[in-house]
Amino acid sequence: MNFETIIGLEVHVELKTESKMFSPAPAHFGAEPNTNTNVIDLGYPGVLPVVNKTAVDWAMKAALALNCQINRHTKFDRKNYFYPDNPKAYQISQFDEPIGEHGWIEIEVKGEKKRIGITRLHMEEDAGKLTHTGNGHSLVDLNRQGTPLIEIVSEPDIRTPEEAYAYLEKIKAIIQYTGVSDVRMEEGSLRCDANISLRPYGQEEFGTKTELKNLNSFNFVRKGIEHEQVRQEQVLLSGGIIEQETRRYDESTGKTLLMRVKEGSDDYRYFPEPDLVDIVIDDAWLERVRAEIPELPDARKARYVSELGLSSYDAMVLTLAKPISDFFEATVAAGADSKLASNWLMGEVSAYLNAEQKELSDTQLTPEGLAGMIKLITDGTISSKIAKKVFKELIEKGGDANDIVKAKGLVQISDEGTLREFVTAALDNNPQSIEDFKNGKDRAIGFLVGQIMKQTKGQANPPLLNKILLEEIAKR
Amino acid sequence: MAKMTKEEVIEVAHLARLAITDEEAVHFADQLEAITNAMELLNELDTENVEPTTHVLPMVNVLREDKSIPGLDRELVLKNVKEHEAGQIKVPTILD
Repeated sequence: MNFETIIGLEVHVELKTESKMFSPAPAHFGAEPNTNTNVIDLGYPGVLPVVNKTAVDWAMKAALALNCQINRHTKFDRKNYFYPDNPKAYQISQFDEPIGEHGWIEIEVKGEKKRIGITRLHMEEDAGKLTHTGNGHSLVDLNRQGTPLIEIVSEPDIRTPEEAYAYLEKIKAIIQYTGVSDVRMEEGSLRCDANISLRPYGQEEFGTKTELKNLNSFNFVRKGIEHEQVRQEQVLLSGGIIEQETRRYDESTGKTLLMRVKEGSDDYRYFPEPDLVDIVIDDAWLERVRAEIPELPDARKARYVSELGLSSYDAMVLTLAKPISDFFEATVAAGADSKLASNWLMGEVSAYLNAEQKELSDTQLTPEGLAGMIKLITDGTISSKIAKKVFKELIEKGGDANDIVKAKGLVQISDEGTLREFVTAALDNNPQSIEDFKNGKDRAIGFLVGQIMKQTKGQANPPLLNKILLEEIAKR
Repeated sequence: MAKMTKEEVIEVAHLARLAITDEEAVHFADQLEAITNAMELLNELDTENVEPTTHVLPMVNVLREDKSIPGLDRELVLKNVKEHEAGQIKVPTILD
């Protein structure tokens, strides 16, 4: 029997506000444990939460960017649970009137576009961080308690692990463009849970779903779903039934393990938060927030294709991360050829950042620096090969490409007379290669080019060198 | 009229982390049943066009500007904590 996989994703995004959702304690990642808290976060008796206006603005901004409808009347609710990560024994969240509903984003997998629905986007507060020491104790740091969060729940429209990956990349990109979050999975400012169920092809009704947690990277989301669909298929094929439960992805084995049997939403005994009054969003508020939304990745991508002539794939890759996309635009604005700028950013720059595990902003490279170097390539002053040396200098030490080329004597040799001397010498020293070439071995040319490049320290103008080499070899 | 069972009382008590005996559960089941049935009376009213009241004051949009003030001194934070280690609150591990 063939099964269809149904996937829905829940994404939590921390908003990078100055203060917390309901308290004025600082909401910053990386502070000493338990130094960014106050009596509201700690759940002391008699304290009252007050809603952070910027957090509401930003949640609305994210919701609009994800094509959600904004509920003009929205409110907070209490979700009751006992766990040491939250001293209040309830989380303030939104139950039946989330700020945004009925949104969608478009993803592309293997050239096919698909719209994934967004059921809802709601505001809530983050919980503290627990570290299990492994000897029966856990350590609690409440710095994160109360940090503004938005939860984005997708419709069960996702069918494959690849679509799940593409959905997450897109959500991350859109939120990053809006500027409301750092969306850094490694710092926990973006987190994802996956709901997975199988159903026989043709069946309308969904099967029982399991929820997958501890997915700490987009790759683990993909792998976790891959494993879970195989596990469920085996259970179903052997006549078993899937229990509604929460499973944990184990990074070391790539398997999913039972965490707990899922509690229903009734168990959380939601009720309207008595300490907070409702929020009513009028046209002026909504339009003010809407006007603050910058150009989003899809619009940028379309512009790169239509105005700058990039391929659809290149435009997609360039627009996935806002820092790279912004850098690209500044490089082009500084006079660089857009295709070369795109190739360098997706090639050398991204390889360097990956190898060094750095962000673009951690390097010395500037758009002006990159543009200067690209201009030297376009006008023939340096070859692409030499450019790699200049690039290394630019990204590590900064500076101006022109100065680097001059200081290091890297200017390309484009003088015919000089090149002809190098060619003559190489041919004199390698009679065998001439013989080989005449016997039809084209590779001999490559060898000769290599020799000359070695002699000129890679500075020979490649097309010109080729031309002269062929002329001289024909004379022999 | 809805019936409140002993099992439901035990379930609710568990969610609220209240330790109760079986006898107490039976006792509270009767009381809770009487209370919920009294509430049921309200369902006789037609509230079709009445907005739900979550607050008695006609107030909306109580918001504050996003300004932070330094967190509490950690010594104060940990003062009422039973056990702490390396600036963190030490609790028994609960794997849910």
